[in-house]
Amino acid sequence: MQRKQKLTRNTAYFVPYTLWIVLFVIAPVILLIYQSFFNIDGQFTLGNYQTYFTSSTYLMMTVNSVWYAFLITLATLLISYPTAYLLNETKHPQLWLLLIIMPTWINLLLKAYAFIGIFSQVGIANQFLSFIGIGPKQLLFTNFSFIFVAAYIQIPFMVLPIYNAVSELNPSYVNASRDLGATPWQTFSRVIFPLTLPGVKAGIQAVFIPSLSLFMLTRLIGGNKVITLGTAIEEHFLTTMNWGMGSTIGVVLIIAMVIIMWLTGGSKRRPRKGLTK
Amino acid sequence: MKKLISAIIGLLAVCALLAFGAHNLQASSGSNGSKILNLYTWGDYIDPSLLTKFQKQTGYHVNVETFDSNEAMFTKIKQGGTSYDLTVPSDYMIEKMKAAKLLLPLDKKRLTGMQNYDPRFMNLAFDRHNKYSVPYFWGTLGIIYNDKFVQPGSIQHWNQLWQKKYRNQIMLIDSARDVMGFALASNGQSMNTTNPATLLAARNKLNKLSPNVKAVVADEIKMYMIQNEAAIAVDWSGEAAEMLAGNSHLHYVVPTEGSNLWFDNLVIPKTAKHFKAIYAFLNFMSEPQNAAKNAEYIGYATPNQKAKTLLPKAIRNDRQFYPDNRTISHLQIYQDLSPELVGLYNDRYLEFKMHH
Amino acid sequence: MTRKFKWRHLYLWLVFIVLYAPIIFLVVYSFSAGTTMNNFHGFTWSHYQDLFADSRLIAIFLDTLLIALLSSVLATTIGTLGALGINNTTRPVARNTILSLNNILMVSPDVIIGASFLIFFTALKIPLGFGSVLLSHIAFSIPIVVLMVLPKIQEMGTSLLDAASDLGANNWQLLSQVIVPYIMPGIFSGFFMALTYSLDDFAVTFFVTGNGFTTLSVEIYSRARQGINLEINALSGLMFLLALILVIGYYFINQYSSRHRAAARGRRS
Repeated sequence: MQRKQKLTRNTAYFVPYTLWIVLFVIAPVILLIYQSFFNIDGQFTLGNYQTYFTSSTYLMMTVNSVWYAFLITLATLLISYPTAYLLNETKHPQLWLLLIIMPTWINLLLKAYAFIGIFSQVGIANQFLSFIGIGPKQLLFTNFSFIFVAAYIQIPFMVLPIYNAVSELNPSYVNASRDLGATPWQTFSRVIFPLTLPGVKAGIQAVFIPSLSLFMLTRLIGGNKVITLGTAIEEHFLTTMNWGMGSTIGVVLIIAMVIIMWLTGGSKRRPRKGLTK
Repeated sequence: MKKLISAIIGLLAVCALLAFGAHNLQASSGSNGSKILNLYTWGDYIDPSLLTKFQKQTGYHVNVETFDSNEAMFTKIKQGGTSYDLTVPSDYMIEKMKAAKLLLPLDKKRLTGMQNYDPRFMNLAFDRHNKYSVPYFWGTLGIIYNDKFVQPGSIQHWNQLWQKKYRNQIMLIDSARDVMGFALASNGQSMNTTNPATLLAARNKLNKLSPNVKAVVADEIKMYMIQNEAAIAVDWSGEAAEMLAGNSHLHYVVPTEGSNLWFDNLVIPKTAKHFKAIYAFLNFMSEPQNAAKNAEYIGYATPNQKAKTLLPKAIRNDRQFYPDNRTISHLQIYQDLSPELVGLYNDRYLEFKMHH
Repeated sequence: MTRKFKWRHLYLWLVFIVLYAPIIFLVVYSFSAGTTMNNFHGFTWSHYQDLFADSRLIAIFLDTLLIALLSSVLATTIGTLGALGINNTTRPVARNTILSLNNILMVSPDVIIGASFLIFFTALKIPLGFGSVLLSHIAFSIPIVVLMVLPKIQEMGTSLLDAASDLGANNWQLLSQVIVPYIMPGIFSGFFMALTYSLDDFAVTFFVTGNGFTTLSVEIYSRARQGINLEINALSGLMFLLALILVIGYYFINQYSSRHRAAARGRRS
């Protein structure tokens, strides 16, 4: 009873957040849905959705976007998990963590230009490849460089939540597992990983979803060899000014995101308190 | 918690300091007074020393705000809420803005320097009698090649890009109108065609170019070409000038069978407020020595013929950037197409990009 | 054991080298006598001199920092309170709905957010400029703050709160003495991520700005057509150095003072 009262009082904290949701999320989304029903001449139509779901161009693009977002997320996770884990064992983890975030403060376009310089045929990357005897390779405009740079951009967004989970990990569980004779791999897969899963999930949400609509890097580093939904949205909003079609793709993206959220977000330990009290 | 509160207070103090600093800087350069002009332009598209000179001469301080595409600028002006006095759209966009009633006509009586401009660049289809616009810069679309990989002088025509020997060596500018445009020109068609079948044929021809296309990129094309990343690029003359300055192996060619001729002109959007300043600025920029200084700083071709005579000989006689009359007579200016057609151009272009 | 230890360090070093390689590249070129980021042309300070003479660019830089800091503080506050609220929402359907709404701004491409905010502000007759940019930055930074803070709150569990309230803590005490200290790392990450979002944003700012107000990102992107000059590199380099000094300095002062305090407490007991 006492608890219940406290909860209702706590909702006062919730007011600014709710206000934000109403003004900056719900209102724009309604606007977006509204716009998606108009064609370029401003007539009401369902044609945009019809175009999207029947055109091989858009369906291909969707498949492409999901596939590349998956690869980027995977690459980011593979790099970030060990990083986050090892960070936790250093002397000043918080400091190192800050140093991981700081490169994101430099403008994306500038960093992309730097990567163009590094990956170019006379760049440092190729000089290194020549030095170790592999010889220069075409690095730009390859799937490798695109995924590499995209992962580079996303690493901090993955490291942070995972680090937060890892730092909460109670070392006694790990020690207990070791004492009970588990191999390092068993300790990792049975104890450490499941316990840090919430952080991994948060990281995936923070990386996968925005990766679906990447557009700058597809051009800058990928040379438009990779076309994602972000490219199409950009074009509809800025070149053809067909905001209806752009909004339609936006709505599809939002629905995809909601589905992903419901699939990954169904937290099991949640219901326990509300229902029992 | 105490630490958190003190951190917040500290941050807010820093904010106050920053606001104070920014305000002071703006006040010292006079941007908060009443004698101002709000110029909305491409980034770094005017010599800053001219702005200082203008302020010294007339007392008007120029606030510069920047955009990165014609369409983005159009959206901002159309939506309102801003107070831009002058902006610099390209030709087809002037037509579009005119049709959307976003432009104010020029008061010719208040303009003093119009006779300085080359008559070839006045009274064009996108703005008859220059009712709304004053020329600022002009240029072409063409081919840049690197003589390390391509025999000098061997590329003169669009169709040569399709040669098998250029496999995976060409970079294209990421612009539907320009890529579709050169494909159309290579087929001997108008770059403003409204015929869907012609567009489809151009797309099919582009698909055949795919094996030769190394990448479709935008502004960063300059960096790539300077770093010898590709042998050939299709890009605008303004970009080409920048590339040639950075790599002596590069050359620029405007195919003689036809290409695009583009203009960036100064116009007064409907959001304008400071008319005295606007006309002072338009007249200031029409003065030959100012236009010449600007052209030298930006590196684009000036439409001001008196300014052109003031430029160093090497620049004004450069056929690459000031092509002869015969070439110019084959060039086409983009017209503002209906939204459906713009959509069609873009759909075909997107299909080409997906193909490759 | 020692061998393994070294391997681990090597991995972290590699990650850091990759993360900082492009930044070092940019800084090195800020000293190049050329005008673009191709071919190093010999050492010069001239880009730094140009930068300090360019009061417009410096004003833009200060405005950018101001927007970033102010919007991050506000977004972190609203986001943290929101996360606490979400944590109190016990029905899974409501929770998932709120979380989905929360994430919409993260999934939407910037152009869409920018365009809809622009329509929104002009419809409400909110003048475009500092205020509209600030509101937008707060708006798109909130979701990441929530995502950073929420897992921390969930970890805390209810037992800690129950214990505290059993001991007679009131709401404010509960918040200030139990919850906030516990979720502090999450708040911190949220703040830094918000800062990142704000500093990096181009498209949204472009659409909602006006009346002479610009941020560094908008300026950099719109300069791309002319080629970005090395003055921008110099500015980025300086900004990065400043941030580095501030972050490291703050961290060690903090470390020192907390150790000092701990030591003092130790002596007293």
